[in-house]
Amino acid sequence: MTAIDLAAAGTGQAAPKEPLRRQRRLSVERIAQWAFLAPAVIYIGLFFGYPIVKNVVMSFQDYTTKTFFTGEAPWVGFANYVSVIKNSLFSTTLINTGLFTVGSIVGQFVIGMALALFFKRRFPLSGVLRSLLLLPWLLPLIASSAVWKWILDQDSGILNQALLFLHVTPAAIPWLSSPNVALISVILVNIWLGIPFNATILYGGLQGIPEEQYEAAALDGATGWKAFRYVTWPNLRPVVSVVLVLGVVYTLKVLDIILGLTGGGPANATQTLATNSYQQSFVVFSFGTGAAISNILIVISLVFTVVYLRLNRRAIDE
Amino acid sequence: MKTIRIVAALAVAALVPIGLAACSPTTKAAPSASHLDLTVEDYFQAPQVDVYNKIYATCAAAEGDTVTATHVPGASLISKVLQQSSSKTLPDVLMLDNPDVQQIASSGALSPLKNYGITGKGVSPGVLSAGTYKGDLYGLAPAVNSLALFYNKDILSAAGITPPKTWAELTTDAKALTTPDHYGFAFSGINTYEGTWQFMPWMWSNGGSEKNINTSQTAGALALLTDLVKAGSASASVDSWAQSDVDNQFIAGKAAMMENGPWQIPSLTAVSSLHWGYVPLPTRTADQTSQAPLGGETFNVTNTGDKAKQAAAGKLVACINNAKNAGAIATANLYIPSNEAAAAAFGKANPDLAGFAKIIADARARTALLGADWPTAATKIYTAEQLSLTGKAAPDAALAQAQSGN
Repeated sequence: MTAIDLAAAGTGQAAPKEPLRRQRRLSVERIAQWAFLAPAVIYIGLFFGYPIVKNVVMSFQDYTTKTFFTGEAPWVGFANYVSVIKNSLFSTTLINTGLFTVGSIVGQFVIGMALALFFKRRFPLSGVLRSLLLLPWLLPLIASSAVWKWILDQDSGILNQALLFLHVTPAAIPWLSSPNVALISVILVNIWLGIPFNATILYGGLQGIPEEQYEAAALDGATGWKAFRYVTWPNLRPVVSVVLVLGVVYTLKVLDIILGLTGGGPANATQTLATNSYQQSFVVFSFGTGAAISNILIVISLVFTVVYLRLNRRAIDE
Repeated sequence: MKTIRIVAALAVAALVPIGLAACSPTTKAAPSASHLDLTVEDYFQAPQVDVYNKIYATCAAAEGDTVTATHVPGASLISKVLQQSSSKTLPDVLMLDNPDVQQIASSGALSPLKNYGITGKGVSPGVLSAGTYKGDLYGLAPAVNSLALFYNKDILSAAGITPPKTWAELTTDAKALTTPDHYGFAFSGINTYEGTWQFMPWMWSNGGSEKNINTSQTAGALALLTDLVKAGSASASVDSWAQSDVDNQFIAGKAAMMENGPWQIPSLTAVSSLHWGYVPLPTRTADQTSQAPLGGETFNVTNTGDKAKQAAAGKLVACINNAKNAGAIATANLYIPSNEAAAAAFGKANPDLAGFAKIIADARARTALLGADWPTAATKIYTAEQLSLTGKAAPDAALAQAQSGN
């Protein structure tokens, strides 16, 4: 510092101009920085910020069909939340959402992991089979749920026909028409749908594990299950945490597959927070209550997102 | 009542951000005193849509106007209307399914038809009550439909059974008609307004009311349907069947009788090997009157504030509802004209529909008692039906739970 000051003093006149120019250069730089930021800020504000703020505001209003014409939505405070939580359906939907998410994630992850490990070995046609695995992902959800609805039909569905033919069950299973079975059926279909996501990401993670580690482990006597436990699993941990947390957030908000299969029924047996929010907003047209439910859902998702960010940071730190 | 398609509903859910008012790209032509371009919005699809397009065009041409019709998918109509309400881009003439009229009228989006000299004289009282909100007529349906008991003539005559007239007969007949190949009876008990619509005849005929469903009359109606499923005379899958599924079961010969409406008749006549007939839905005792719900689409004038266009829209609604056009609409949809005199003549000319002309005369509007509060009640009704059909609760307990728990 002192050296520079001395130099500046030595040059005399040039000294006061220098910081000015630097300042100007700085402000131009600042403007350029903001200009680069602006599209992203505007985009996020418009497409993420506004809907979330609007949704929160809406949940405190009596927002009905009338509101659309008159623009009037009376402020009702926490009344929407109170009516949602007091409703006997709330605990049902909360439990269903939990069961649906846990069941789907466990099934998707275990099967996805098994398939990823299986496809790690190269064998004839493994590439073709691996791409076939993506099929559930490529089909439009509405189409696949309609087909699943036929497959699971109690009287003439192919699944029951096959099970009866093979004498696996004594009587037709009411896959979608019994409240005791419907949630399981919906979870099974969602597992089918989620396998490609899990298998693909985990397969990618497996590719990143250096082969030498397995060779070294094999020399130490770790093969098969032990190799998985001590080589694959620790190396795959960061990928696993990403898959699980993203899986939870995606599964919590699943709407289409449930609407397509059961519409939340029978007797609300497959009603989740997401389907109930849809029901309140777009069927009963009670948009305030629908917004309240969706906010509760967003808070639950947010908790998992925070967990995800934490895990991610830890993975980077490591 | 048209079948509600989840596909369309989902598409709407994905496309309509709740609070954002979409901008309609329509550009308004310069107003001229003599010539107006009116907009009409409905949910009709091929083949009926051609009939409506022709009627709109002819009616508008008679006044020297032109018309632009938009046809949206059935399940997305209301969402679209709400969007248009908030962006002030409502069409001049709006078609609405009759149970939605009061709710949309309560929002202020519709203009009373009396302003345009439409009184609905000669139209059956049920149809008028469907389109009336707080004493004013807002929507008028040129033609309407309802529900009846369809039966497979071959299966019934082979079993020596005539179509049932009472609940007791329905129960015994359905049981007798159930074989490993087919069920005796099929209906839709799905958890949507379709399920509610199909429950109304049983509830109303037995004296039940949508104002309070926790009554012995409604419990009796629910017990009838629940016992049919319990006895195996109807499939346990009725709790997930829409009306189109019920129709498919009947066509496939998997149900000897079904509850359904006249709009399914084309699908029945398309199968030449199928011999079918229909009668009014049975009542608990022979002296009760079968009361079926009224279905059908009303035409409404919207509150756009453009006096000249609203007057022209009023004329268009009146013209769509005139006897000739009502007849054409009834023929295209297999509906019954809502004008009582026209209905009688129509029944004579269309023997397939003569029975429905009689059913319509006693039909009731779903919104007649509750108006804009109907959706809440309708949700309670299908909730109770689902609880009972699936055995989660006894009929009376299911109704009590649904009535209080909302």
